[in-house]
Amino acid sequence: MYSEKVLDHFKNPRNVGEMKDPDGEGTVGNPVCGDMMTMYIKVKEDKIEDITFKTFGCGAAIATSSMTTELAKGMSLDDAMGMSRQDVADALDGLPPVKMHCSNLAADALHDAIKNYKENKEK
Amino acid sequence: MSDILKVYMDNGAAKPVDHRVIDEMNLYHTEFYGNPASFHTKGFEALKALNASRKHVAGLINADPKEITFTSGATEANNLALIGGVRRYKKRGSKIVISAVEHISVFNITKSLTREGFTVEHCPVDEHGVIKINELEKLVDDDTVMVSIMTANGEIGTIQPIKEVAEIAHKHEALFHSDATAAMGQIDLDVRASNVDYLTLSSNDMYGPKGVGALYVKTGVRLTPLMIGGGQEGGVRSGSENIAGIVGMGKAAELAKAEMAEESKRLMDLRDALIKGLLEVIPVSYLNGHPENRLPGNANIRYSFIEGEALIMSLDAIGVTLSSGSACAAKTLEPSHTLLACGLKHEEAHGSLVFTLGKNNNRGHVDYVVRELPGIVHRLRAMSPLTPKELQ
Repeated sequence: MYSEKVLDHFKNPRNVGEMKDPDGEGTVGNPVCGDMMTMYIKVKEDKIEDITFKTFGCGAAIATSSMTTELAKGMSLDDAMGMSRQDVADALDGLPPVKMHCSNLAADALHDAIKNYKENKEK
Repeated sequence: MSDILKVYMDNGAAKPVDHRVIDEMNLYHTEFYGNPASFHTKGFEALKALNASRKHVAGLINADPKEITFTSGATEANNLALIGGVRRYKKRGSKIVISAVEHISVFNITKSLTREGFTVEHCPVDEHGVIKINELEKLVDDDTVMVSIMTANGEIGTIQPIKEVAEIAHKHEALFHSDATAAMGQIDLDVRASNVDYLTLSSNDMYGPKGVGALYVKTGVRLTPLMIGGGQEGGVRSGSENIAGIVGMGKAAELAKAEMAEESKRLMDLRDALIKGLLEVIPVSYLNGHPENRLPGNANIRYSFIEGEALIMSLDAIGVTLSSGSACAAKTLEPSHTLLACGLKHEEAHGSLVFTLGKNNNRGHVDYVVRELPGIVHRLRAMSPLTPKELQ
């Protein structure tokens, strides 16, 4: 059973789509497991100015991706690096236990996108 | 958006009980509630109903009423046949052969028997889910005590050649059990023609009540009982009989026998329209299971680049209820073992939808699904990083 918030984010996902010329991008999961997601970010003055995602996966995978983008938008990079899977699940009023491990990967994708941005900047 | 229809296409998971069955059962809750073992009028009423129901169930599969044992459902019937059978005949051998696409209950029962010293072999299937007869011939030997191959698969619909399986098993003096649960009320089940030793029967799968099933045990074949008590059901399955449930299963069997030919034809037409319609309107989609030799009510289609649970949730939101072979829709987090056994990769199995049609479905339902599903698939594909550009 999913919460109303999960259902809402699944049916009306926020910030979905590929981003043109992102400052950073991170992909986690793989199609074999049934969940894979990519996060794209634009960064301005060490803040996440814009963020979008693309996700292959179940309802929880799509809802957590959507919620992660909503939470991250406008956040400082340091705060965003501190965002955990649990924070995302809490913001969605919880996830079924079985979905916590497999589908709740969006925060990891966000962290990878930030690392990718930092690497790009150093180049 | 067009009007929302309520379309239930998960008849393989649970079926509604036929109203005629409920009407028949009700009397046995409130009026004829006697115990068939009692030696008085109330008892005789119940005994008469028990006998009549046994006759109806036997009639559906061309068996003798004495060969029918009522149980609490198909799972118990599988337990009784497999555990009771191999314990009774363990002197004949220690090997059990099942197919790679058996229902989870057969998998887990046989797995539990390894603790009693039995070994279990899984016979592979081809891409359509049909057991490879030449592989079965190699696996079944003189040490084989039991072969268990389902009559038809509830998920991909594929019908198995059980007559040939029986011949192979009997050549080596092994017993042959078949789980006919998914086939109930959809295809002819003739135990004389197929020569099975044990056949698992389900009530709800033919619009009877849940909580009741039966095991056919061929005359002359025995088993060691699992439920010990007052010796009901010829001592094979003790426990006061669930008369109302049994009456319901009997009525369901009577109706299935009378109406199956026509209903199966109707279901086949709906199924074929659904498969044809969906494969035509949605690119990069494939039929799982056998193209012809499949259950009348089963369609199983997979969609690349997207995941089944997301499909189910999207369909549920527009009133369409069905199942998926995806890991995300399962307790185990593994995709359907049946689809993997057919040679599909994990990522292919994730995107499958199982449509199981029943009496409650009509052409309007099929048209609704064919109209609404393309938009859902397109939306999820547009969201997926796996979808090639040209499909977005």
